[in-house]
Amino acid sequence: MIDQIMQTLFGRLTPQDFVHDPIMAGAGIAMVGALILAIAAVTFFKKWKWLWQNWITSLDPKKIGIMYIIVSIIMLLRGFGDALLLRAQQVVNDANGVEILSSDHFQQIFSAHGSIMIFFVAMGLVFGVFNLILPQQLGSRDVAFPFLNSVSFWLFFAGMIIINMPLVVGEFSNAGWLAYPPLSGLQYNPGTGVDYWIWSLQIAGIGSLLSGINFFVTILKMRAPGMGLMKMPIFAWSALGSTALIMFAFPILTVTLALLSLDRLIDTNFFTTTLGGSAMLYINLIWAWGHPEVYILVLPAFGIFSEVVATFSGKKLFGYTSMVLAIIAITILSFTVWLHHFFTMGAGADVNTFFGIMTMIIAIPTGVKVFNWIFTMYRGRVRFTTPMLWFMGFIVTFTIGGLTGVMMSVPAADFQFHNSLFLVAHFHNMIVGGVLFGVFAAFTYWFPKFTGFMLNERLGKMAFWSWLVGFILAFGPLYILGFMGAIRRMDHYDPSLGWQGLFIVAGVGILFMGLGVLFQLAQVAYSIWKRKEHAVGPDPWNARTLEWATATPPAEYVFATIPTVTTRDAFWQMKKDHKTNDRPEHYEDIWLPKNRSEGFIVGMAALVFGAAVVWHIWWLLIVSLLIVIVVLVVALTRDDTEKRIPAEEIAREELRRATV
Amino acid sequence: MRNSKKRVSWRVAQVVISSLVGLAIVGAFVWATQGRDMPVLNPKGIIADQQQVLILITVGLGVFVVVPVFILLFAIAFRYRVGNTKAKYDPELEGSKVLEAVWWGIPLIIILILAIITAISTHALDPYKKIESSTAPVKVQVVALQWKWLFIYPDQDIATVNYLTIPDNTPIELSITADAPMNSFWVPALAGQVYAMTGMSTKLSFMADAPGEYRGASANISGEGSADMSFMVRSVSKTDFSHWLYKSSYSPNMLSWDTYEKLAQPSRGDGEKTYVVTGKDLYNQIVMKYMDSGSSSQPHTNTQTDHTMNGMDMSGMGM
Repeated sequence: MIDQIMQTLFGRLTPQDFVHDPIMAGAGIAMVGALILAIAAVTFFKKWKWLWQNWITSLDPKKIGIMYIIVSIIMLLRGFGDALLLRAQQVVNDANGVEILSSDHFQQIFSAHGSIMIFFVAMGLVFGVFNLILPQQLGSRDVAFPFLNSVSFWLFFAGMIIINMPLVVGEFSNAGWLAYPPLSGLQYNPGTGVDYWIWSLQIAGIGSLLSGINFFVTILKMRAPGMGLMKMPIFAWSALGSTALIMFAFPILTVTLALLSLDRLIDTNFFTTTLGGSAMLYINLIWAWGHPEVYILVLPAFGIFSEVVATFSGKKLFGYTSMVLAIIAITILSFTVWLHHFFTMGAGADVNTFFGIMTMIIAIPTGVKVFNWIFTMYRGRVRFTTPMLWFMGFIVTFTIGGLTGVMMSVPAADFQFHNSLFLVAHFHNMIVGGVLFGVFAAFTYWFPKFTGFMLNERLGKMAFWSWLVGFILAFGPLYILGFMGAIRRMDHYDPSLGWQGLFIVAGVGILFMGLGVLFQLAQVAYSIWKRKEHAVGPDPWNARTLEWATATPPAEYVFATIPTVTTRDAFWQMKKDHKTNDRPEHYEDIWLPKNRSEGFIVGMAALVFGAAVVWHIWWLLIVSLLIVIVVLVVALTRDDTEKRIPAEEIAREELRRATV
Repeated sequence: MRNSKKRVSWRVAQVVISSLVGLAIVGAFVWATQGRDMPVLNPKGIIADQQQVLILITVGLGVFVVVPVFILLFAIAFRYRVGNTKAKYDPELEGSKVLEAVWWGIPLIIILILAIITAISTHALDPYKKIESSTAPVKVQVVALQWKWLFIYPDQDIATVNYLTIPDNTPIELSITADAPMNSFWVPALAGQVYAMTGMSTKLSFMADAPGEYRGASANISGEGSADMSFMVRSVSKTDFSHWLYKSSYSPNMLSWDTYEKLAQPSRGDGEKTYVVTGKDLYNQIVMKYMDSGSSSQPHTNTQTDHTMNGMDMSGMGM
């Protein structure tokens, strides 16, 4: 009787689920401890109201962008810690009976590392940069759907919490970052792990889909007058490609995860071998999302580097039209290559040939972009600031990654690379050397825009060199290990193979990258401490695009008057025409969205929903789902959603900023 | 004056430091790789040989893009550095039709060449293709289990666990399935990998050049004991192979369906074992095990041993 009540109340959750081995418990306690500390600090400094009004309920994309970036940085540290543990295990390799991690724990960690780094670091950083830069670069005050933007962020946040919950209660998936069935099915994985994975990604994924739609519409509909598509900054073009991919790819993920979840919840057999199901179906579907996902992440990085190289060469981007064509080509082609992730599944030679050739074709527009970037420096005046160093590092690492990618695009050769550490080295080459370096460049480049002071260059350069050396040491050995026949995801290997030396080198590489992270944290801290000395005006880099035309830090309304655009590099043109200090004769009222708490509530209800499905607490599932629906209906039927900023106030503010 | 001296010495220090770091990196790589075996680049079988050649050709073609990229990157960045006021500055330069045509064109040509190589090699090295040889092939049926490999020699009624003995210079024709989560069968010195999946049978052929021991592994995670799924392929002379078969046929271990089901239970760190197969048509039963319960939705009148996926079984999957 009591058992039954407990089961109804708590589903399959029992006190034992809170018991963890020391490493996980340590991480869990640290996380909960940090959370409690944060809550205590907010309470002590009486900042709850400030937090609620200025951040949690804010619909301002500049605020939402910063929240994305803070969450992503915290997750980067978590994912980095995971990487350290994984490599430590492989370096020690159970020698003398010292087992750092059990096999199962090791597998949970690499599954978490991959999922977190893609969904809650790379995606979060990309959305953060979109939120901060895109509207301003387009000469707009806001995104197309401000409330949706808040909902997206809080769904992302909910997904982030769910993926970290196993540190405290239950276990995480051991099935890798893409959870292939049948390993991720009920038969081999009856516990909560895969469910955590599914619902974390599902909830965050819906947030990503909504964000994708939001920014796609923003780019198409919210551009300043005169900014035709071919006058858009190239970053906006890359974001257009990226968000188009999100709109087409993420529904596939949503459906795939839903089907896998049905297999696990009500024993449907979509992806089992029995009853007509097929695991191959899952593998096709997940990669039909998964491959475009790579370009969803890397296209914005391309856009960032395009802006960076043009600015620091003091020159127009070389071959703008080529760049646009290349982005469009990559966007379309990225949907035609998914099968190259499983040439080894036994599809016929004709099928493998087709997907192999489609894959190598992508190298053409990508190569064109590389040459255009390099020639942007041609007849320029190149300043080697930190963002430019990241650019140089990116070209080198990305070109090597491109070469190894083409090597794997030949199916018969891929049979020797697939699922080896060569593959692991390749995609880290692309994601770290491409996406992460891109975001680091963006961070340094746009930091003064939002704070009014620069990041310390010397610490930034030290961070760059640590990262570069670390990168070479960490991933170079993996390529070689691949040639030695080392597979990915091994928690131990035969010591007689002589692989340990390379794992040690790779481990040293991670330590160097860790040093880079420390330099970056120090850079931010030091720059904040010495912010008076680092203070700069609105255009510290002599930049070219519209986001630099506003005050630093930008006012809530960003543009007092919406600029009219006549050329590409609109701000550069304004500077040439000496129009940057022009003030209109009179200002007009500006309407901005009011704060909304519903986005936060929906996110929190989604979080509860996720936890309820994972633990089979059906009453809670129904309640939380009802809350989501009711709050959304109420939110979407509200009329009074905008606040007015009177013209006089704008005039006063503009004058104040002009005189500072 | 003093300042410029300081700058020069800082330059020198920079050059020294970066050379030392470079040397240390190279040293670390040499230390960690010296004398190690790289089966992918040091293949011992006819298939892996061709795959190695293919890899080298791809790298060779790629170098035509990679080297110019590196040279241009550093040359242009150096020439047009901000300190070099002698270099021309043309901030309005938007592009160049000729140059852009060059770098749309050259990669296009390289990829065209690579595409032709791909079409030919993918068909030539199709894992389902049998190796042509005057020697009669040896058939082996491979079953991935949790967490060990079972090899059945159907024509000799012998089975082994975690090792595979093969005659050299003889085509080995493998049929591969799993009675476990998905695995991938990979012996890098002999041939690239193919997935092992429940309810279906994939194929792979290889042929060893010479006697020797070659390591194999499962390249796909299949649960806790994945990393234990390495095995040894022993290539021996044809006479030694006959001896081995003879010796094995006196093994006290029998493999019937019952003993198979015990063997298929999850276990880690199993050593090598040799069996005499007494069960009939064991491999086929293992494949069909996953098909029976689906009889209502998928009638299986097909009793053929290998219902392969060749010719794209996946065509019906809504791709």
